[in-house]
Amino acid sequence: MTSLRIGLGQLAPALGRVDDNLADHRAMIGEARAAGVELLVFPELGLTGYLLQDLNAEVALSADDARLRELAQRARGMSVVVGFVERSPDEQLLIAAALLEDGAVRHVYRKSYLPNYGLFDEQRFFGAGNQLRAVDSSLGVRLGICICEDFWHLPVPYLLALDGAQILVNISSSPGRDIAAAVEGGLGSAESWRTIMRAYAQLTTSFVVFVNRVGVEESLTFWGGSQVIDPAGDVVFEAPLLEPGLFVTQIDLDDLRRERTALPLLRDERPEFVLRQLERLVREQAGVPQDAE
Amino acid sequence: MAVGAGVAAEEASYELPPELLIDAALARRIIAEFVRGHLRQTGFERVIVNLSGGLDSALVAFLVAEAIGPEALLCLLLPYRTSSPDSRADAESVVALLGCHSRLIDITPIVDGYLEASLDGEEIDRGRRGNFAARARMAVAYDQSVPWRGLVAGTGNKTEALLGYTTIYGDNAAAFNPIGDLYKSQVRQLAAAIGVPRRILDKAPSADLWPGQTDEGELDLTYAEMDRLLYWLVDRRRTRRQLEGMGFAAATIERVERLMATSEFKRQTPPVAKLTTRTPGVDYLYPRRRPAPGR
Repeated sequence: MTSLRIGLGQLAPALGRVDDNLADHRAMIGEARAAGVELLVFPELGLTGYLLQDLNAEVALSADDARLRELAQRARGMSVVVGFVERSPDEQLLIAAALLEDGAVRHVYRKSYLPNYGLFDEQRFFGAGNQLRAVDSSLGVRLGICICEDFWHLPVPYLLALDGAQILVNISSSPGRDIAAAVEGGLGSAESWRTIMRAYAQLTTSFVVFVNRVGVEESLTFWGGSQVIDPAGDVVFEAPLLEPGLFVTQIDLDDLRRERTALPLLRDERPEFVLRQLERLVREQAGVPQDAE
Repeated sequence: MAVGAGVAAEEASYELPPELLIDAALARRIIAEFVRGHLRQTGFERVIVNLSGGLDSALVAFLVAEAIGPEALLCLLLPYRTSSPDSRADAESVVALLGCHSRLIDITPIVDGYLEASLDGEEIDRGRRGNFAARARMAVAYDQSVPWRGLVAGTGNKTEALLGYTTIYGDNAAAFNPIGDLYKSQVRQLAAAIGVPRRILDKAPSADLWPGQTDEGELDLTYAEMDRLLYWLVDRRRTRRQLEGMGFAAATIERVERLMATSEFKRQTPPVAKLTTRTPGVDYLYPRRRPAPGR
């Protein structure tokens, strides 16, 4: 059995207080180390809080910021995913996730799909990332890191899986809403997430690690309920709703081999076929007349 | 759930539309998190609630006490001379049940000091008198929040907010509102679950701005009907035609839509004339509380 111990850092970040949040991250890294965690995942914007509005510029870090490096040093021996506001070299503000390994920032992913509907206003305050790639982690597994709303767009899990991801890692700041007695668990937003994550795990025959924050900002209460799902779509672990804490669980990486042998969906994917259809659709939807070819 | 999934709450004098039923235990947890989170964010530890004797403020008092403990809650009882004595007795029963702090202040001298003494016999209709009383209660609550060192909790529900059945800067003024996203029917469900006295649950909802006033009398619809209509219209985005197909009368739909449209201003902060490069509320946008230098 090739086991991997995963820590779900279900934090309640303090809005706009980077120093306080860094301290919470440091403390949880220590706690995770003591619990033998190998992969520790923190939520989206864990270092800054979510509803930043014009605070976005004040809390932003560059990917080579000394504070991120210090966190990476402290996390040495573990792989840690941390969420922050990145100020890019060309001065864009982006919602980002950093993979910290071997005392350094190994990989930075920038959220590609920014929601701007309902209670969301992310496109006003942030730029969208343009790169999606899986990354080999020093744990010996390939990670597909993405952020919250990215998971509400089919290409994200699809592309990450095609890129060889074995564990899809989604870090989130998902606010609870649509409370109803008729919904399993009572919260519509949580139930929708559970449904799509199980489907992604099954369709990509990958593990899904989902870490959602808790805590309150303005009107919003973030629901937590972080999860680990195995490649068959079964929930390995679910953290409680609304409660902060480090939650530790273990997966067996052999599940990947077994599931992908039994169900070779990824083998049968046809990216070239998809690409042809995409090219056609983009062309047609761009309004290019067919006889212009 | 304390109140079952049936349409009619057991032995209750009101109806709970099934589509509006919520998971009451989860709602209580989220609201408790919201109350504590909002206090943490703003740096306060205590809360003040204007307790009218009605259901909404009783529920808010119960929810706040559940979130932060009754010792951190001050309930104000602010009767006017025309307020129903039953209202006061019901408010006192809430205070006794919760074991929270309370203070009784008769607002008659404030209200009549202006309306009777200062206006020199001018004819004051009951609506105007009621609105002034609501604003006097707001002024007292905000003043009392200073020695109490607490935040004023709002007690308005979603039904009355959407219909504009509030006094602007009166009962709708608050630092935060734990029940503003719950329809009256959901307030009833939650209140039953959390243990608000049956007497308060069963009485006809009233703003108690004048004797004999009832919400349903003024709005000419039951809360169950109104809540269902608002739910399908607002939350589930049904068209007027679909609503008619569901059995809502065209005239009722039109009246409710008119009430909503003409009360938008009550749900927003006032517009500021845009003149400079960054204007508060327009393009100078920050969370209500944010880290300040030296804190």
